[in-house]
Amino acid sequence: MAGADGDDSLYPIAVLIDELRNEDVQLRLNSIKKLSTIALALGVERTRTELLPFLTDTIYDEDEVLLALAEQLGNFTMLVGGPEYVHCLLPPLESLATVEETVVRDKAVESLRKISQEHSPVDLEVHFEPLVKRLASGDWFTSRTSACGLFSVCYPRVSSTVKAEIRQHFRTLCSDDTPMVRRAAASKLGEFAKVLELDYVKSDIISLFTALASDEQDSVRLLAVEACVSIATLLPQEDLETLVMPTLRQAAEDKSWRVRYMVADKFSELQKAVGPEITKNDLVPAFQNLLKDCEAEVRAAAANKVKEFCENLPEDNREQIIMTHILPCVKELVSDTNQHVKSALASVIMGLSTILGKDNTIEHLLPLFLAQLKDECPEVRLNIISNLDCVNEVIGIRQLSQSLLPAIVELAEDAKWRVRLAIIEYMPLLAGQLGVEFFDEKLNTLCMAWLIDHVYAIREAATCNLMKLVEKFGADWAQNTIVPKVLGMANDPNYLHRMTTLFCINALSDVCGRDITTKQMLPVVLKMSEDQVANVRFNVAKSLQKIGPVLEKITLQNQVKPVLDKLATDKDMDVKYFAHEALSVLELTYPAHD
Amino acid sequence: MVSDIISTVEFNYSGELLATGDKGGRVVIFQHEQESKNRPHLRGEYNVYSTFQSHEPEFDYLKSLEIEEKINKIRWLQQQNAAHFLLSTNDKTIKLWKISERDKRAEGYNLKDEDGRLRDPFRITSLRVPVLMPMDLMVEASPRRIFANAHTYHINSISVNSDHETYLSADDLRINLWHLEITDRSFNIVDIKPANMEELTEVITAAECHPHQCNVFVYSSSKGTIRLCDMRAGALCDRHSKFFEEPEDPSSRSFFSEIISSISDVKFSHSGRYMMTRDYLSVKVWDLNMENRPVETYQVHEYLRSKLCSLYENDCIFDKFECCWNGSDSAIMTGSYNNFFRMFDRNTRRDITLEASRESSKPRATLKPRKVSTGGKRKKDEISVDSLDFNKKILHTAWHPKDNVIAVAATNNLYIFQDKIN
Repeated sequence: MAGADGDDSLYPIAVLIDELRNEDVQLRLNSIKKLSTIALALGVERTRTELLPFLTDTIYDEDEVLLALAEQLGNFTMLVGGPEYVHCLLPPLESLATVEETVVRDKAVESLRKISQEHSPVDLEVHFEPLVKRLASGDWFTSRTSACGLFSVCYPRVSSTVKAEIRQHFRTLCSDDTPMVRRAAASKLGEFAKVLELDYVKSDIISLFTALASDEQDSVRLLAVEACVSIATLLPQEDLETLVMPTLRQAAEDKSWRVRYMVADKFSELQKAVGPEITKNDLVPAFQNLLKDCEAEVRAAAANKVKEFCENLPEDNREQIIMTHILPCVKELVSDTNQHVKSALASVIMGLSTILGKDNTIEHLLPLFLAQLKDECPEVRLNIISNLDCVNEVIGIRQLSQSLLPAIVELAEDAKWRVRLAIIEYMPLLAGQLGVEFFDEKLNTLCMAWLIDHVYAIREAATCNLMKLVEKFGADWAQNTIVPKVLGMANDPNYLHRMTTLFCINALSDVCGRDITTKQMLPVVLKMSEDQVANVRFNVAKSLQKIGPVLEKITLQNQVKPVLDKLATDKDMDVKYFAHEALSVLELTYPAHD
Repeated sequence: MVSDIISTVEFNYSGELLATGDKGGRVVIFQHEQESKNRPHLRGEYNVYSTFQSHEPEFDYLKSLEIEEKINKIRWLQQQNAAHFLLSTNDKTIKLWKISERDKRAEGYNLKDEDGRLRDPFRITSLRVPVLMPMDLMVEASPRRIFANAHTYHINSISVNSDHETYLSADDLRINLWHLEITDRSFNIVDIKPANMEELTEVITAAECHPHQCNVFVYSSSKGTIRLCDMRAGALCDRHSKFFEEPEDPSSRSFFSEIISSISDVKFSHSGRYMMTRDYLSVKVWDLNMENRPVETYQVHEYLRSKLCSLYENDCIFDKFECCWNGSDSAIMTGSYNNFFRMFDRNTRRDITLEASRESSKPRATLKPRKVSTGGKRKKDEISVDSLDFNKKILHTAWHPKDNVIAVAATNNLYIFQDKIN
């Protein structure tokens, strides 16, 4: 595409092409992201014959650039001339698939998978499958790991001879010398099994799965656990017992805690995959063992799954299984030595109440909740408090509230500010669940105390908290309970507290509405414009700017403008600045025209 | 130049590359040239392949301490593609470096003509795609990962795990486990810091991962003990699985016993069945199945035992010598003073002392064995103990993983010796 003399239409493209090699990585990245523009300008033939060969050999670049390139190429089919020519994209993607950076390789594999769909079955056998073979028998680990991700996309559409070759390659990679390649094979095992014919799943995949699950490298064995879920879903129930369960039992008792951790982590998926019978006979005892594992990390992972596991038990004997087998272990975990275990349990234990019903909850679970509510570790207590809604549904909060209040107060006064912050964030939720009377009686003072905490982050969160409470309980409630107290702080000798008043007003003006803002809040703000401390004064200007939109125009003209005008001549630079800002934003700079 | 003092030497897995780190934070990599066709009786030489600055001196503002740029250790990764990767560490920060070759350069601009002058945008009538032309080989080193801020004390060891995705780093009191792709987190797996620092009596001196078993690693201490830990057993490896210590010989007890028992290096054999430890005066080979004593002990420079007092005074008693195995685990090597280094054949029990210095090694000449005389009568060609130069120490040595080629660092010189082919 040539331009006529005096036409600079090719110039931007010329810039982009040259910047493909610019020293500045951002410019190179920009050009790569606009690769489609370049390809369009060049046309399909030049893209195929010149651009792609250039891109195939310049893989010396930074990860971000290579990643962007790998992504672009996945969408280049039309730009090279359509499905007929899509195989031209294979060489550059093949080089990208050998790069050591995992993210780049993974993206290249993703793009290869995408464009494999655009290949005709003939092209798959002529171009794509040979690429996969080259990668699978490549010298470098990186090519062999990439190959693992490509088997499943070409298998379905090739001839049975080629299918046999692909199966052979996969088998070879599963027993590769390098752990890296075996890991890649293990992580793609499930996906590959899904596209295979069931007979081959039984004959090939199961033996590969068993081998990988007994690999000497821990990192390979633990990936086999994930594969277990996929494989179990593919096989008919009657085959699971012989083909999958022995391996799964072995994994649940593996010498390496990391493998057992994986089993615990995937327990819900495993449960769904094997079905109710095997769950009852095998998984229940396995789960018990994981809850009692010697390694705390494993116990914590299992504890996290208690609710989900119980929920997914078959309805007919769910309650009996939980009461006989799971609950005793749970009771032990409440007094575990490791705080992460207790914390994990606390985040899910409340959910058991919906499963067990009112009577069992009161008799068996309630003592556990109360014990965790008094735990020495703040995170445990926080996790209980954040899940109260489950219990509320079943037995109502009153049962807990007596223990709840001391727990909340203790967390609210914890020495660590992050703990105090966490409880503030639950306050609106709790307030909603406990109701306005409980709140006024017991929690109001806490909320006010937070406003004068030493730590700014707490004061800020407390302000936000007030706003959310007003949203829940309404402006009338605010007027009677919190507004007077907030405004009272305006006379505090500590300037930080006086500023907190202003921040609260900023947060509350919207939810409280025009009336309260004009009649109660505005006078206080205006009075503080005469404060001794400049920080307070300029925050007055900022507050007026914030609450201005809530007020009537008349109020703005008659009350706000004079004060802002005065502040605009303040001796402090910042006060002047913010006053001018406010006047300008509120459009009060000039006297109103009639 | 002080900054040229070599502080670590390491062959890569194939032996094709040899890396050295120095006190100035530089890494120099040598490559084995292919045998030349005209002189097949000589093996190829090692020539400089790449040089780069790995670490720079830093200042810890919080503690008002300088952080030296000296490279403490280099460990190569297994080759995964055309490029080579190594980990290099100073006292505080570990870096992963990629060394790659570039032999093509892009040519052809749209906006500039051949002389580099800018073209008129309005006169661009067609687009040019750059073409790759061959160029002289360029070797580039680029830092790919920086693993920082995980060590309060000085890092003494790094070791790559057989799973090729994790590695450990050890300082005086702690050992951390890293994933090669994750720089913002590491797991602490050993912590021997006592609650009260006044009770500190023992520090970690070296650590290494087992060559095949991904769950096993060992660490040695300043008290002459080695602990073997199993990462499968628990997330924290504070409790060891095996404890190796040779009971002390009461007859040789002295004021210096504990200091000279401090282990300066620990290395697994290639087979994974044995490990070797170096303390001040000897090298010991341990069978991993026997914890109560080593199976072999080799005296490196026993003649120094009577000189410990003066060696303490000039601080030489604290020198940290390394040791290494040959590819078949049949021989071991370690350094000594006066630019001497010692090799022991485990099968024949024969040992030899050689010298790495300009005077005694002309290129292609065979090294003459050296001997130190301890008695009154000194034979010709022997050197007396008192004439040894204690400033010429060979602390770092490396043995090619397959061939009989060794690299010996003598202060700021690197010597590469190889077996004569008959």
